[in-house]
Amino acid sequence: MPQNLNYLRETASQTAGPYVHIGLAPGAAGFELFEKELGQDIAGPNAKGERITITGRVLDGTGSPVRDVLLETWQANSAGIYAHDEDPRHNEVEQGFSGWGRVISDFDSGEFVINTIKPGATPGRNGATQAPHINLWIVARGINVGLNTRIYFEEDRDAHASDPIINLIEQLHRRDTLLAKKTGENTYHFDVVLQGENETVFFDV
Amino acid sequence: MTKKNTYTGEFYQRDRYMHPPAYAEIYKTSVPRSPKQALISIENSLSEITGPKFGHNDLGELDNDLIRNYAQTGDAIGERIIVHGRVLDENGRPVPNTLVEIWQANAGGRYRHKKDMYLAPIDPNFGGCGRTMTDEDGYYFFRTVKPGAYPWRNWVNSWRPAHIHVSVFGTAFSQRLITQLYFEGDPLIKKCAIVNTIPDQEAIDGLIAPLDMNAGVPLDCLAYKFDIVLRGRRSTLFENRLEGN
Repeated sequence: MPQNLNYLRETASQTAGPYVHIGLAPGAAGFELFEKELGQDIAGPNAKGERITITGRVLDGTGSPVRDVLLETWQANSAGIYAHDEDPRHNEVEQGFSGWGRVISDFDSGEFVINTIKPGATPGRNGATQAPHINLWIVARGINVGLNTRIYFEEDRDAHASDPIINLIEQLHRRDTLLAKKTGENTYHFDVVLQGENETVFFDV
Repeated sequence: MTKKNTYTGEFYQRDRYMHPPAYAEIYKTSVPRSPKQALISIENSLSEITGPKFGHNDLGELDNDLIRNYAQTGDAIGERIIVHGRVLDENGRPVPNTLVEIWQANAGGRYRHKKDMYLAPIDPNFGGCGRTMTDEDGYYFFRTVKPGAYPWRNWVNSWRPAHIHVSVFGTAFSQRLITQLYFEGDPLIKKCAIVNTIPDQEAIDGLIAPLDMNAGVPLDCLAYKFDIVLRGRRSTLFENRLEGN
């Protein structure tokens, strides 16, 4: 027998279940427990850039809205800088900008609302540039491992042509599943389709 | 940039043989909620190796004490337990200052949630959620009551083993993980469709917290140990430039 490599194994994922709100968004679920609910202000008061609202729904394979879903967002600021010390420019991020948010779908309509600023383009690997995008992580009852996807913006089509991630998607029509559609001056619509026709592209990150 | 043996490279790829598949017929709700197309594997960029940070200012004093953090007239009812352990990465290194959040049913198996219709009563002194930050050694602990088993609609007579939902961040968005803690010796674990979405027995065993008599408080509470392992990352023995500038 050769030597043992001695790596630990990642803990296995389990579904967040139907009551994820109790733990991760108790205020939104209707009971006051913590003084501070996390993830409620993505951009903060000082963020530069365009204030935007993205609304949408998560749809299951039958086309029904998933009404017990929780989404987390992670994004750069309008200059394309992440508020994290591994971004070489993180000291330039505006005071109060976190880039991270948590939203739940409405228990009746299934609609979620993300209030933030539009991120800037971010550096990709090997000198590439990634078009403006919001990273999304989706958990719910029936989702065994959290799903990763990205929200891009339809008006940035020129930048999408050279985006290294979008270009990994072989079926061209599937690329459109990552685009938030402009519905007004500062408003967008973005649905996530878990399964079936127009299924959203999900990533193994 | 090329400091020896600093773990700042890409994260090890997730072992998809060990995690539950998206589609697991035995867990019925996963059937319409599972993508049918393959996930697209992407190499780490700044978007994946960064993630949110939290501070102690974000938390309240009783946030990790579920016996007291929703108490109105007295302590929560149930078997008093401490749940403690470390958050580590696959290299065996502690993950310090990371947020751990938990939620659970009360001792009777009832959640404080308007969608939970189970006939077991709500405990007026139990909210069912808590959160804490790991210390410099990756260590965390909670005080709570042991949750009860409860029935759920999967097969006609499906019961969840007693469990606590656990959410962990790590340092990067690609390490984000939600799992469930089960308790040593629970005969319902083997029968649970959600547990059995995991195709690997060793991985299931990794979700079962052993009774830890040494960590309990005599004449007060028992303890269970639950270590959590997040994805590890490559050391940068040779220069690599994820940020590309």
